[in-house]
Amino acid sequence: MTLSVGLWITRGELQIHADFDADEGTTVALLGPNGAGKSTVVDCLAGLTDPDDGWISLNHETWIDVPTGRFTPPEERSVGVVFQTGLLFPHLSANENVAFPLRARGVPTPRARERAGALLGRLGFPADRADARPGELSGGEAQRVALGRALIHEPRLLLLDEPTTSLDVRARSELRPLIRSILAGFAGVRVLVTHDPVEAMTLADLIVVLEHGRVTQRGTPDEFRNAPRTSYVADLVGVNLFAGRLEPSGDGAGRVVTPGGDVIVAWPGTLPGVALDDVLAVLRPADVSLHVAEPEGSARNVLHGTIAEIAIEGERARVRLHSAPPIVAEVTRGSVDRLGLREGGAVWASFKAVEVRLIVP
Amino acid sequence: MNASQARRSTPLPIGVLAAIGIAFIGAPIAALLIRAPWSDVLDQLSSSGAWTALRLSIIVSLAAAGLSFVLGAPVAWVLARGAIPGRAFVRALVILPLVLPPVVGGVGLLAALGRSGVVGRWLDAAGIQLTFTIWGAIVATTFVAIPLVILATESGLRSLDPRFERAAAAMGASRWYVLRRVTIPLLRPQLAAGLVLAWARALGEFGATITFAGNLAGRTQTLPLAVYQARQTDPGAAIIVSLILVVLSLLVLVTMRDRIFAR
Repeated sequence: MTLSVGLWITRGELQIHADFDADEGTTVALLGPNGAGKSTVVDCLAGLTDPDDGWISLNHETWIDVPTGRFTPPEERSVGVVFQTGLLFPHLSANENVAFPLRARGVPTPRARERAGALLGRLGFPADRADARPGELSGGEAQRVALGRALIHEPRLLLLDEPTTSLDVRARSELRPLIRSILAGFAGVRVLVTHDPVEAMTLADLIVVLEHGRVTQRGTPDEFRNAPRTSYVADLVGVNLFAGRLEPSGDGAGRVVTPGGDVIVAWPGTLPGVALDDVLAVLRPADVSLHVAEPEGSARNVLHGTIAEIAIEGERARVRLHSAPPIVAEVTRGSVDRLGLREGGAVWASFKAVEVRLIVP
Repeated sequence: MNASQARRSTPLPIGVLAAIGIAFIGAPIAALLIRAPWSDVLDQLSSSGAWTALRLSIIVSLAAAGLSFVLGAPVAWVLARGAIPGRAFVRALVILPLVLPPVVGGVGLLAALGRSGVVGRWLDAAGIQLTFTIWGAIVATTFVAIPLVILATESGLRSLDPRFERAAAAMGASRWYVLRRVTIPLLRPQLAAGLVLAWARALGEFGATITFAGNLAGRTQTLPLAVYQARQTDPGAAIIVSLILVVLSLLVLVTMRDRIFAR
């Protein structure tokens, strides 16, 4: 273990407690909705603010340890940061911004400028824009400068706080492969803050979910896909999640009783036939069928409701229903047209009990 | 709202009052131009000692602005960021010269730094005399001008996003390096504004200078003092010297206007 973090911070109403460890050469994604406290954790790691309690250590070097009072000043920590708000120095050119960490460490100006220029080139920053001020740069150019400034001094810890959030769709799709290759090529510990589940699932080795200042789940992307623990995570990974009490209902079946409605499931052979609290049931949207009339057939779960939202993603459509319980179905785009689905319209949904996967505490 | 929209929608009462206001400020300046004895302006300039006073005014005002900057900017830093006891009181104290009649400042300076003053007697013993010298004029002018540097710099420091400086530290910059490469450059508009306003105030300084440094032609007689003296003997010369001050001030305000006001 090389990075070890445990933080307790109070920011106004929000009480933040986050802890995680990470090895060199791995990427931690700090995932969560806006206002969950992610950027505060980044500020602590970067030394911009101090936690009320807790510790940060990297390679057995204590950056801060509140109980013992040990502290490394921010300028002596080996960290590179891309801040969410950019924080490029407005009075310095693109090249001077990237050269700043070198200059601050006493590298002579010509050498620092040369290295900054070379790095900017590798990051795909146009050479003829090197003297432009941050105010004159496009979003994509500014983020390349921010990445360069975070990398130039070869830090041991790389922090990327929402590196693509401020960009438009096109610049974002241009920058993603670059960020992917930077993360893959960076030898130290990488921490990526994001509210984009796709980024987290595709770029991280370990995902730490922060909701309302608390870590609600941590694990590998595979663990998240298979076993989401909160409805936020389930939403992120695109599955239906039902949390409630599992009760046996005879002939090899059971029902998960949730506040929003019941779901019939196959009774797991490994469980004794008694009710169980705090059970999670996961259902993939693609396993849900939609019908215009009440369906007949073997599916044990049949729901009726109105369509809250239809989101077209390429050839697929995600259809969110106001039903009991609420549910998301994924169908082909052709089905949407064929069934005449529209937002606000009534529809039937069905899925088999065996498609519902149970996660038992 | 942009400027052209704002221009289009001036309500009539505001327009009328604004016109009166501009006329009120412009009238004395226009009157100076009308009443100036243009026929013998060159004679007046050479005989009234105006050139000597102009040279002295430029030296004294520049030195006072520089001294105000060197001492005032650190005061602003301490007020904005330092852990000092009685901050509100200290702030009121250092802004006081802006509110006090300058002649009171002059009397205070005499009591402190005059030949028999609280500190002045020690200076006198060491052979240093400020009263009735150009140094005295610089000291008196600085006393009056320094609050403008303090006000501008402190407001700049307070509006500066501290995350820039903290981010610089996270990039390995020492406190001194952060100050030199981040804080001061980001404060440049406010520092320039403070410097220019202090200079303008120093150029017009009269009360503290005449009280503390006296009115000695060639030594402490700056342009405002020269106007005052000429006024008693030769009103035409007073107008000519006044016009020199007008031209000088206007020149600086116009060349510096983008730096100071267009923010």
